[in-house]
Amino acid sequence: MLRFLAQRLAAIVPVLLVVAVIVFLILRLTPGDPAAVIAGNNATNDDIDRIREQLGLAKPLLAQFWIWFSGVLQGDLGYSFYLNKPVTELIGQRIEPTLSLAAGTLLLSVLLAVPLGTLAAWRMGGWLDRILSGFSVAGFSIPVFVVGYVLIYVFAIELQWLPVQGYRRLFGPTSQGVGPWAYQLVLPWVTLSTIYIALIARITRASVSEALTEDYIRTARAKGLRESAVLMRHALANAAVPIATVIGIGVALLIGGVVVTETVYAIPGLGSLTVDAVLNRDFPVIQGVVLFFSVLYVLVNLLVDLSYLVLDPRIRY
Amino acid sequence: MKRRSLIAIASLAATLLAPLSAQAQASTLRVVPHANVTILDPIWTTAFVTRNHGYMVYDTLFGTDAAGKVKPQMVDKWSMSKDSLSWTFTLRDGLEFHDGKPVTSEDVVASLKRWASRDSFGGVLARSVDSYATPDAKTFTIKLKAPFGVMLEALGKPSSNVPFIMPARIAATPGSEQIKEHIGSGPFKFVSAEYKPGERLVYVKNEKYKPRAEAPDGTAGGKPVFIDRVEWVVIRDPQTQFNALLAGEVDIIEQPTFEQYASLKAAKDIKLVDAQPDGLQYILRFNHLHPPFDNVKIRQAAMVALGQEAFLKTQVGAPGMYRFCKSMFPCGTPFASDATGPLFTGAANPKKAQEMLKEAGYNGTPVLLMRPTDLASISKLPLVAKQQLEAAGFKVDMQQMDWATLVARRAKKDAPSAGGWNAFLTAWTAGDILNPLTMAMMNAAGDKGWFGWQDDPQIEELKVKFSQAGTDADKKKLAEQLQLRAFETATHVPLGQYNNPAAVRSNVSGIVPGGAQVYWNIKKN
Repeated sequence: MLRFLAQRLAAIVPVLLVVAVIVFLILRLTPGDPAAVIAGNNATNDDIDRIREQLGLAKPLLAQFWIWFSGVLQGDLGYSFYLNKPVTELIGQRIEPTLSLAAGTLLLSVLLAVPLGTLAAWRMGGWLDRILSGFSVAGFSIPVFVVGYVLIYVFAIELQWLPVQGYRRLFGPTSQGVGPWAYQLVLPWVTLSTIYIALIARITRASVSEALTEDYIRTARAKGLRESAVLMRHALANAAVPIATVIGIGVALLIGGVVVTETVYAIPGLGSLTVDAVLNRDFPVIQGVVLFFSVLYVLVNLLVDLSYLVLDPRIRY
Repeated sequence: MKRRSLIAIASLAATLLAPLSAQAQASTLRVVPHANVTILDPIWTTAFVTRNHGYMVYDTLFGTDAAGKVKPQMVDKWSMSKDSLSWTFTLRDGLEFHDGKPVTSEDVVASLKRWASRDSFGGVLARSVDSYATPDAKTFTIKLKAPFGVMLEALGKPSSNVPFIMPARIAATPGSEQIKEHIGSGPFKFVSAEYKPGERLVYVKNEKYKPRAEAPDGTAGGKPVFIDRVEWVVIRDPQTQFNALLAGEVDIIEQPTFEQYASLKAAKDIKLVDAQPDGLQYILRFNHLHPPFDNVKIRQAAMVALGQEAFLKTQVGAPGMYRFCKSMFPCGTPFASDATGPLFTGAANPKKAQEMLKEAGYNGTPVLLMRPTDLASISKLPLVAKQQLEAAGFKVDMQQMDWATLVARRAKKDAPSAGGWNAFLTAWTAGDILNPLTMAMMNAAGDKGWFGWQDDPQIEELKVKFSQAGTDADKKKLAEQLQLRAFETATHVPLGQYNNPAAVRSNVSGIVPGGAQVYWNIKKN
């Protein structure tokens, strides 16, 4: 297992290299020039050339790549062209809102979707199963921003129970504690959870219903075990691997999927940092964020693989 | 015991979940700026949102009132020598930077030098300057090689880049680099510790600021501050901005979208305040280097084909928020003029344009028109331009792209088929195009000029004369001659003026109308 772990961790390096080369080249091949954006509306060609020189964009591509990538190898992701701050600092500032949003959404989704999916499988064809099927179709079909605006209208504007937008920090000098942090995130969590509850509940229902047809379930029932024990200890435990896989995929999707929710609720996370960087062609920020997400994806996949060891003793690495 | 625990839990939850009310102090003004603030150096960038940040933190030597008149701000008195080659300025008493040091003439000169190294109007001034002198801590002198009649217009320039005054040690930063400290002598102090890029900028009242005695008027007059703290909250989504205003989470949206005005007018506790009454102007710019617009007659035909009404109705739509204005200098400002020559009336005349096109020998070369799809404030304009030009007989190849691509492409001098372009449309705030020296479209210096690279020595000569004119009447006359020449050579086409009022909670009052969005004089009940 240690060998497996070492191999998977070592694989991060080639993944990083490939991602670095691809993202660097794509950005340089995409039309748009950060120097022209920075120079503003009443610039001249001389102004743009001067800024390009300062940003190091006048150097040959290979030299630009090496300057950036040699920094990356030392943990330096470069400086934002616009914000005059290190990319690592910017990612550091934005990571808390994004992780708060993603983690809360995931927790809420798993806590609701796994029991609901299990119960739906247990009483397949019953009212709960039908409601869940309807909810799943709706959860997949209604865009996140529509759910967000409807929730804002009802709970923030009409009832005035919750805030419309913004984020309050959980850590750092401006933190006001857990209460304001959670209060601010209730609507974003619920909004983003709809699709993940739909996804995880569907998979849970399918996996558990399949497990319920197995011989060991009949044996367990024949032994006189309570139905709850049959469901939890035998059906759900054996259906856990596909559920863990879909939760893992959900994490990866979530990190990318928070962009819309961050926009609707004005949460200053990595999503809005990326969108701003793309619109302004802030190359170092885009490159840094993409690399960061790549490493995160690899680590999440690794964690999912490791979770199989716990969930299914038959699996060995 | 059980009941007591429940009560304790309930009160803890109430404490945790409702601390927001403590934050909502009446002395904090929350503003949604019209754009994300990515750069904090108002000399390094021309972005309007950074200019507005500059007005919070820095003070200016002169200001421009709502009628476009330049008036003293940090300056107490000034004089010009008889030969017009030397200007002497004295600073008023009580000026102090946020770090507690007094504002001196050394600071002023260093700031002016840095500004002139970046700004086009400042560059014109710099070419006329022989030397600066600082006889004492409150006096500075500008000695000139040639008369510079628009000295006050330059020093009181209301829009980007504004000659803001910084401490000399900060102003010593080359214009090509961004400053790292944000210390001014303006009415608000910038709170660096609370600055979160892309999220929030915080300003607190500068208790030591001594406003002028005159009433606030544009960027001139007194700058009294009645609010302890101003927070700029970056909200990108217009619908979320609207919802936050309705819920009272923010007090001002600087620039709502045109589609929101009907709902805003109907909303309770919301009012619309036009903080920039002279508004903005749409324009179409030609590329003078390549066919078909390298031919002046074809440019003139396009000018006749376009008109203004269709652009304003399609892009702005909201009644009462746009106006027809055929002058290149914004209507309502000192150099606005109806003298536009025989061709331009502001109304579209496709029939006449067709005839002109025929006379010009147009051979069907397509017009490569660039359309920025991500900039809602101007993205409909190219659709109208395409329609109007085609109605006159032009072939139009409209290419869609984002703004970042457009600004990169418009800097390319290549032929349209090799990655260049023929025309694009944009908008300017009135403060940017007040006179011929600040109007980028009147930069006719060829290769060294503004995108489109018009080469017209006559315009450049008239601009030199304008810069040397001694009286307002002479300046007005020269501005008119310049406008006539610009229409004759079809530098660009003005497509009408529009306003973009701010949406404001009804308990907020005292917004000062002018050329930039400023936050002094505001009261919140």
